[in-house]
Parts: sequence; C-alpha cells; structure tokens
Amino acid sequence: MSNSTFDVQKKIGKPWNKPPLVGRKWLRWALFSAFIVYLILAYMTIEVNWSRVYVGLERGKKFILAFTNPDFTSRSADIWEGIFESIVITVASSVVGIAISIPIALGAARNLAPLPIYLVCRGIIAISRALQEIIVAILLVAIFGFGPLAGFLTLSFATIGFLAKLLAEDIESMDRVQAEAIKASGARWTQWINYGVQPQVMPRLIGLSVYRLDINFRESAILGLVGAGGIGATLNTAFDRYEYDTAAAILLIIIAIVMALEYSSSAVRSRVQ
Amino acid sequence: MLRLEKLVKTYKTGDQALQAVDIEIPEGQVLALIGPSGAGKSTLIRCINRLVEPTSGKVYLGNVELTRLSSSGLRRERRRMGMIFQEYALVERLTVMENVLSGRLGYVGFWRSYLRKFPQSDVDEAFRLLDRVDLAHMADKRADELSGGQRQRIGICRALIQNPALLLVDEPTASLDPKTSRQIMRLICELCKERGLAAIINIHDVALAQMFVQRVIGLRLGAVEFDGPPAGLTPNVLTAIYGEEDWEATIEHVDDENDVALQ
Repeated sequence: MSNSTFDVQKKIGKPWNKPPLVGRKWLRWALFSAFIVYLILAYMTIEVNWSRVYVGLERGKKFILAFTNPDFTSRSADIWEGIFESIVITVASSVVGIAISIPIALGAARNLAPLPIYLVCRGIIAISRALQEIIVAILLVAIFGFGPLAGFLTLSFATIGFLAKLLAEDIESMDRVQAEAIKASGARWTQWINYGVQPQVMPRLIGLSVYRLDINFRESAILGLVGAGGIGATLNTAFDRYEYDTAAAILLIIIAIVMALEYSSSAVRSRVQ
Repeated sequence: MLRLEKLVKTYKTGDQALQAVDIEIPEGQVLALIGPSGAGKSTLIRCINRLVEPTSGKVYLGNVELTRLSSSGLRRERRRMGMIFQEYALVERLTVMENVLSGRLGYVGFWRSYLRKFPQSDVDEAFRLLDRVDLAHMADKRADELSGGQRQRIGICRALIQNPALLLVDEPTASLDPKTSRQIMRLICELCKERGLAAIINIHDVALAQMFVQRVIGLRLGAVEFDGPPAGLTPNVLTAIYGEEDWEATIEHVDDENDVALQ
C-alpha cells in the first residue's frame, strides 16, 4: 500500500531529522532568544552586598565549625522533649491526614465521582495546596496558641492536599477494565471500590503515606520556628541564644532521623509491588 | 430468554455504534457475534448489562426489562449475567481465589466481602469450579503470576460462580495463541452446555466461531448484516460484513477431532 501523494524517492539517500517541537522557525528562535534575554535581565536584578557577605562569612564559619563539636548534653532535656514532641506531631498528623485524604481522593477522581462531588473535593485539595504550611501554622498558632496542637493541625491539613491529589491521580489512571469486571458481577459501590479499585492503588497509597510521614517530620522541625511546637522550637531557642553547638546537635539529630525515614521508605516501597 | 429491541447507542462524539439492533436469543443458545473492529460488538454486549448505557431501545432478560431498572435493580439482574473479558480483566493484585469469589459480590454484604469471609457454599463452589478448569492448586497465587490461558480460565470461573443464566463474552481469545484459543472456546461452550447457559461471544476469528457455535450474527457499522447458522457464512456474506477479501482460506473446514481438551 502506498500513498500516492507521498514521494518516497525524494526522501531516499537524505538524512532524517526528528521534527522540531515548535514548527515555525522564526517562532522557535524568538522563544529561545526571549528566554536568554530574560535570564540575563533576571540575574542583573539580584543585588549582592559584598561587604555584608564578608561579615556574614565569619558568622557562617562559626556555625559550621560548631558541627565539629556538637553539644548534645547541656540542653539534652530540651532536645529530647522537642524530638519527642516532633515525632508525636508527625505520627498523629500523618494518621489523621491520611485517613481524611482517602475519601477525598475517591471524590476527586473523575472516573469515580459525579461532577458536583468531584468539584467539592478538588476544591478542598486546591485550598490545602494553595496555603503554605508556614502560613497555616501562623494562623493556627494565633487561634490555638503556641504548642504542638497547632503543628498537628497544620500538618494534617497539609497532608490532605498532598495525598488526596496524588492518590486521586493514581485512581484516575487505573485500569478501567479490572474495575469494570467487578461492577459487572453486580457488586455494590463499596464492594466495587474494595475489590476493583483498592488493590490497584494500594502500592501507591502505601508509598505516598510513608513519603508523607517523612515530609511531615521535616516540616514539624520548621513549624517550631513559628511557635507550633516540636523540635523547631528548641532549635529556634538555640539560635536565639547563639548556642551554635546545641543547634548543630539538633540539626544532626534531624538529619539522622530524616535519613533513617528515607531509607525505610524506599525499602517499604520496593517491597510493595 | 434475551431480547434486544431496536437497541441504539450513539456516543457523545456522535459515533453511531449501534443502530436499531433486534436480536432474540432462546434458552441455552450459544451465539457468536462477528464483525470488523468498530462494528459495535463490544458496545452491544456492554449495553446488555449496561456497563454502557444504551441511548434508546429495550433489553429484556427473561421478563425483566433491563433498560428500565434502577441501580439496585440493575445490580440484582447483573448477577444473572456473567461476563468474560478480552485480556481477562482479573484484578491483578488479588489472589486467584479472591478473583473467583468476586463473582459472588452481588450476593454477599459489604463487611462479609471486605473481611473475605464468604459463605462456605461459595468457597466450595469456587474450589469446584477451579478444579473443573484444573487450577484448584493455584487458588492462593496472585492473578498476575498466571499465564494468559490460565487467567482466562479464572475469568470463566468468576463469571460462572455468579450462577448466571447468560454469559456475555467479549473477545475471549484475542490475546491467546491458537491452541489455547481453541481450548478456551471449547471450555466455554462445554460449560454452557453443561449448565444450559445462553451465551453471546464476540469473536474476531471466524473459523474459530464456526467450529464451536450454533448461530452466528454478523455486525457491520452497528447493524445486523447476517444472522444464521455457521455454514451460511459464504464468501459473499463475509464480504458483506468485512469488505472485499479472499475468503476461501478463512472458512475452510478445520479438523478439530485430534485436538485434546485442556491439559
């Protein structure tokens, strides 16, 4: 079968190139040069105060040197209390956040939910994602006062936006026929979810949950800076007192825990297939 | 037993998948539905159990008009229609046993199915069916560990455990080798005979259809072009259904006697 309008003889003996992403040549070059010009202009707007950097370098050096002799002992009670509080915030907010995310994810998957429910659930996700953790934490600290309750609520809220969105996307890309087969047996909606949908998205759900646990721990360290409890509060105090050796000790502990979580989460993810 | 009256399906894109199809199938008849890709074969059987909503027309299963049922009534009637899929459509991450038992979901409550505590009679029946297709020893394997032919046999068990009156079979052999295809077709037809089930089998392979069924319907552009016994599929008829081609090799009689049953 040959297409009469296509002349193969003209193509034979000539090199073949992949068609360019942007078809029109002038547009391609215009886009490229506009990007370069923007880049140059953008770098020119960044002001660097070199004398200030010189002074700062000294302070930075002191801070980095503190890592060579971190002080775990003199404020150990504060440190362990902070770590413990962070872990409580992390676990509690992850559990609550994930539990709330799952029904929202079901509602935010266009192939499961009718349009009104879909829009409401997508709306919740959008709100949760639009508000950055720090901003939510500042608001909740203002409402509930200083302490871990604000941190717990902030992270639960942030977990919803993250997990529900990614889980909903996984549900939307599931194999439709497997779910259809369950539906064809006369299963009710809940059974259909349990047999046709859940097995397909389980690896992703577990992987995302462990990853979110990891994120929540890191975030809980930051939230302390705005008074939402956890190890961040201890870290902030250490900085305020210029106790760089204690701060270094806290940072080392945070790094160790995050690395442990990172390794365990990748181990879990590779186990669940 | 199954009656389609002026069944029409027009997709949102404007494609007329079915145009006023009338078919009546008596108790226990196995029927092959042939036709080129896009002729509406899949749409037709999905309109029967309303995985695809028909645009207009009526479908009767026995005395029940399926096209008028509410969602709970439809669920009840779906139990009487077992469906077997192209590419098997097993839930890959569930075990073989869970896949077979999922055919009983229409009969058990949510918590029972959630906890996988099916009635003993269902479990016994599942093992009997698995044994019938020689896969009882695979019950605790995950479905994605099985070969294509094995998966399709599990798919058949899942449809049969519903205790259906009708089987809707969508391209059961599309991804199987020629020998396994014959075995699967033979198994489906044998089981229909044993249980007195009616079946509609969508199939690409005309020779395979001729070998096993009593009646063939040819669809073309969503309309019935041929309805008759397999012997009636002459080159002229096939040209009417599929378009011009040399058909002599396709409808040659295939000697099937030496091909042993499932191994």
